Amino acid sequence: MKLTLEQVRHVAHLARLALTPEEEVRAASKLSAILDAVDTLRELDTTDVPPTSHAVLVEALLREDVVKPGLPPEVALANAPAKADTSFVVPKVIE
Amino acid sequence: MSLTDLTLQELSTKLAAREVSAVEATRACLDRIRAVDGQVHAFLRVDEQGALAAAAASDSRRGAGGALSQLEGVPLALKDNLLTEGLETTCASRILGGFIPPYDATVVRLLKDAGAVLLGKTNQDEFAMGSSNETSAFGPCHNPYALDRAPGGSSGGSAAAVAAREAFGALGTDTGGSIRQPAALCNVVGLKPTYGRVSRFGVIAFASSLDQVGPLGRTVADVAALLQFIARHDAQDATSVPATVPDYSAELEAGVAGMRLGLPREYFAGGMDPEVEQAVRDAARAYEQMGATLVEVSLPHTRYALAAYYLIAPAEASSNLARYDGVRYGLRAKGVRGLEELYSRTREEGFGPEVKRRIMLGTYALSAGYYDAYYLKAQKVRTLIRRDFEQALAGVDALLTPTSPVPAFRLGEKVDDPLAMYLMDVFTLPCNLAGLPGLSLPGGFTRAGLPVGLQLLGRPFDEARLLRVARAFEREHPFHARAPQL
Repeated sequence: MKLTLEQVRHVAHLARLALTPEEEVRAASKLSAILDAVDTLRELDTTDVPPTSHAVLVEALLREDVVKPGLPPEVALANAPAKADTSFVVPKVIE
Repeated sequence: MSLTDLTLQELSTKLAAREVSAVEATRACLDRIRAVDGQVHAFLRVDEQGALAAAAASDSRRGAGGALSQLEGVPLALKDNLLTEGLETTCASRILGGFIPPYDATVVRLLKDAGAVLLGKTNQDEFAMGSSNETSAFGPCHNPYALDRAPGGSSGGSAAAVAAREAFGALGTDTGGSIRQPAALCNVVGLKPTYGRVSRFGVIAFASSLDQVGPLGRTVADVAALLQFIARHDAQDATSVPATVPDYSAELEAGVAGMRLGLPREYFAGGMDPEVEQAVRDAARAYEQMGATLVEVSLPHTRYALAAYYLIAPAEASSNLARYDGVRYGLRAKGVRGLEELYSRTREEGFGPEVKRRIMLGTYALSAGYYDAYYLKAQKVRTLIRRDFEQALAGVDALLTPTSPVPAFRLGEKVDDPLAMYLMDVFTLPCNLAGLPGLSLPGGFTRAGLPVGLQLLGRPFDEARLLRVARAFEREHPFHARAPQL
């Protein structure tokens, strides 16, 4: 499976990664090699095999619905690169 | 003999007998770190003040009398993907530079509650993605047995800190071998518990259906002691399993007479270093002499495990790492225009090449038109691999395999070849796909003096049996006692 530069740019956009042109070229070659390697899975007939998402979990576990305090706003905001009052600050979304 | 050469259990006994204080033990570790960590770089951060304060508090508790835990006053190290309240936690990534967690991971809280002294945060591959510790954004860790070689990864710092006698034990995490492979390369014991045995709350997520926290120690008994305190149901982790926690030390010395040990044919099919293969075959014979029966078993889908893993793990990672966007914590790119550019520039500057590669691979495998061919297919193959293990383990007590196909390799040797690096996990990652417990223990040395690891794999929640099997070998072949020359 050979990834084109166009596909690399599409995936980088989906992943919100602003790759440099050199990184795009490298990604195309290294990802293509990895995709070739994982293509061995095609050899297996898995028509009637159910997927495994979690190996051990048998049923969803529920806990008691007890109200507990969450993080206070000042603690939740303590690591924010930019904040104002009780909010995270980001660049303007709508001009 | 210096204080830091004691095992965790020996130190614990001396602390209980008041022959040594927690402050003395902690100072001995801090001195050792100062003496050797410039060469080893096992630690990203040493919390000298916090450790000494915790040690002093432990000594006060000891002075007050009463029943104290086996970990009371014992200095330990923590991988840097475990959240520590008030102590910077970076996952060895620039994107989390300066991040001060507002709470402790459950495993960290459990160790603190047990009275342990936490020395600091250990080096690792960035976001636990790597098998050599070289993807750390803050420089690699070095193997204490050969400083020009990798300690393995991703929990390389935890394994190296224990091997270099800088800590009496450590916690790591294992998604595809990240506790066992570095344990093998650094001549220590490392255990990946059954998926769900140990809480993942407050553990920085890589691949959530595979990640598991586990202990590293110099002896099997030390690892059993650490597991005893972290194996616990946690309502804050929905995948934590409320299974009974046995006494992991109770049957350690019970031996292997009458047990059946399986040797999976596919693990010996080639590609392994001859000295590693010899060590595993010697170990198998040693078990036979101790009264175990060896049985050849088959895990027919082994050759597909690597491919399934390198679709599932990156897919889950691409989703988990979406949270690093420069808004709530960590790095934020400067001089950006608009929110979209804030995200993509922050992620471009903050993540290293291997992390970007896995995000891209995972995003591709999950993207429209490819989901069925890659991600869903891999999950179906995962079922086949799980069934292989169910069948093989139905007839034996445990499986014996190599941990890593090769001993410690040179730093720089594989870092530019992702596929060569991924092969380092070929014997360890099937266990994560199946959710099983796995343990690596010292199995000898190559002629060049590099450690070789033996891997034991068991049935779900059968950690006690793995520890017992490991201890039987360790008692006869105490390779763990050979310390690195630093």
